[in-house]
Amino acid sequence: MTSDPAGRPEPDSAVTWRFSVNGDPVEVAAPGMRRLLDVLREELALTGTKEGCGEGECGACTVLVDGVPVDSCLVPVCQVEGARIATVEGLAEPSPEGLVLDQLQQAFLEAGGAQCGICTPGMLMAARAYLDDGGTADEDAIREAIAGNLCRCTGYTKIVDAIAIAAGGRR
Amino acid sequence: MPVEPPIATPTSLADAYAVLAGSTADDPITPIAGGTDVMVRITGEIGAPPARMVDLSRLDALRGITVDGGAVILGARTTYTEIRRSDACREHLPALVAAAATIGAAQIQNRGTLGGNIANASPAGDTLPVLLVLDAEVIVGGARGERSIPVADFWVAYRRTALAPDELILRIRIPVAGGREARFRKIGTRRAQAISKVVLALAWREGPGAATAGPARAWTDVRLALGSVADRPIRARATEAVLEGVAPTPATANAAAEALAAEIHPIDDVRSTADYRRAVAARALHRMIRDAAGW
Ligand SMILES: Cc1cc2nc3c(=O)[nH]c(=O)nc-3n(C[C@H](O)[C@H](O)[C@H](O)COP(=O)(O)OP(=O)(O)OC[C@H]3O[C@@H](n4cnc5c(N)ncnc54)[C@H](O)[C@@H]3O)c2cc1C
Repeated sequence: MTSDPAGRPEPDSAVTWRFSVNGDPVEVAAPGMRRLLDVLREELALTGTKEGCGEGECGACTVLVDGVPVDSCLVPVCQVEGARIATVEGLAEPSPEGLVLDQLQQAFLEAGGAQCGICTPGMLMAARAYLDDGGTADEDAIREAIAGNLCRCTGYTKIVDAIAIAAGGRR
Repeated sequence: MPVEPPIATPTSLADAYAVLAGSTADDPITPIAGGTDVMVRITGEIGAPPARMVDLSRLDALRGITVDGGAVILGARTTYTEIRRSDACREHLPALVAAAATIGAAQIQNRGTLGGNIANASPAGDTLPVLLVLDAEVIVGGARGERSIPVADFWVAYRRTALAPDELILRIRIPVAGGREARFRKIGTRRAQAISKVVLALAWREGPGAATAGPARAWTDVRLALGSVADRPIRARATEAVLEGVAPTPATANAAAEALAAEIHPIDDVRSTADYRRAVAARALHRMIRDAAGW
């Protein structure tokens, strides 16, 4: 940042922020209060992360910061300096035959857990964090894990089924 | 696009105080901790966005949960997820853990902080009634030094606090009183991601009595606090007086519920009505007493 003679933060000014996205180091020059959501979509062209409400209610913009789900519309880029960011683009694994969907994405396809698709990237990331944290196929626990992600199409049942499948429990 | 106010990113408390030395009531420098309130303000859709900001995320002095000198001390940047996972909180402050579990959902609990809930001073802030019934103190600091403010004196008017423009909340001290019980209840539209229509917390101690079983022991040091029923979180002192020194019998619960309905003066707003809030607060208190007494 820069400051005026009284030491107060002054406008300007792109600062260079360094962090990693899906394992790759990135450098972004942006004002510190730019939303992580905008940095991902506009600066880094990772448009998998969606903007729904822009105020933390809907979870469409959920990404993982150091493994933990957050709403990227509520995180300023200055707070991710040095952090590991994971977005939906990082779920599928490259292979000689092309990208291979991860188990959770596969389960969403199998169960019909996606309709219009706007909530899907955020749902997947919230669910990924839940599973990485040892989450099981327990329905109540799954519903709590995705309580911050709104879906206006599916009625949630098939999303819950998909996460349960990925957790190793067929319902 | 949201506005992007200039922001300072100090790495020490001394540097943060130096930045905040330029913060005045007319031209404030707004701190950001977890950002779950203040990032909504930069959309400009709920009033003027902040003009200048200071980031607290690099200040390790504002982190950590410790038990010390008969109190649990929580750094201002303690998140709801940290509260839920803390052994010290689970052992000594189950009502605070219960409140933390109702706030937003995972994404909000991972970022939102206790200090932010206190400083934001919403009448609906869910931890605030818990802090009131547990006699918490807010330790604040700035270039002029530190001071401790009892929570009962912290919220001075609608969304106004006792914090000076150049001060930060550093930590929250909650005395661990032996034998104290506390309960929390929130009524919202759904279980997650809901702003409270009514939120209440109750604390008491069981008075000395015969070691005989049964619900006959009197309660002492009764504290009852509510959110979303006034312009700030409040203690319900007249209702406390009804409960103080008597056993939690059905008659006591009836009298306390009636006293609470008469004592509070909620308003109609987008989230609920005055009538509903008064009725549900009274019923929730009644239920809390019944559950605690076991009849
Ligand atoms: C979708 C959603 C759901 C929510 N649900 C709930 C809910 O159920 N219950 C509830 O109570 N709240 C809820 N909130 C509000 C919010 O999450 C909480 O109030 C949270 O505790 C704010 O903490 P923060 O660290 O994110 O605050 P920030 O947004 O960083 O800051 C909030 C205010 O406090 C000031 N501040 C922060 N830390 C300090 C400090 N250490 N010293 C001085 N000033 C400081 C900031 O300047 C700002 O004015 C919700 C918010 C969202 C977006």
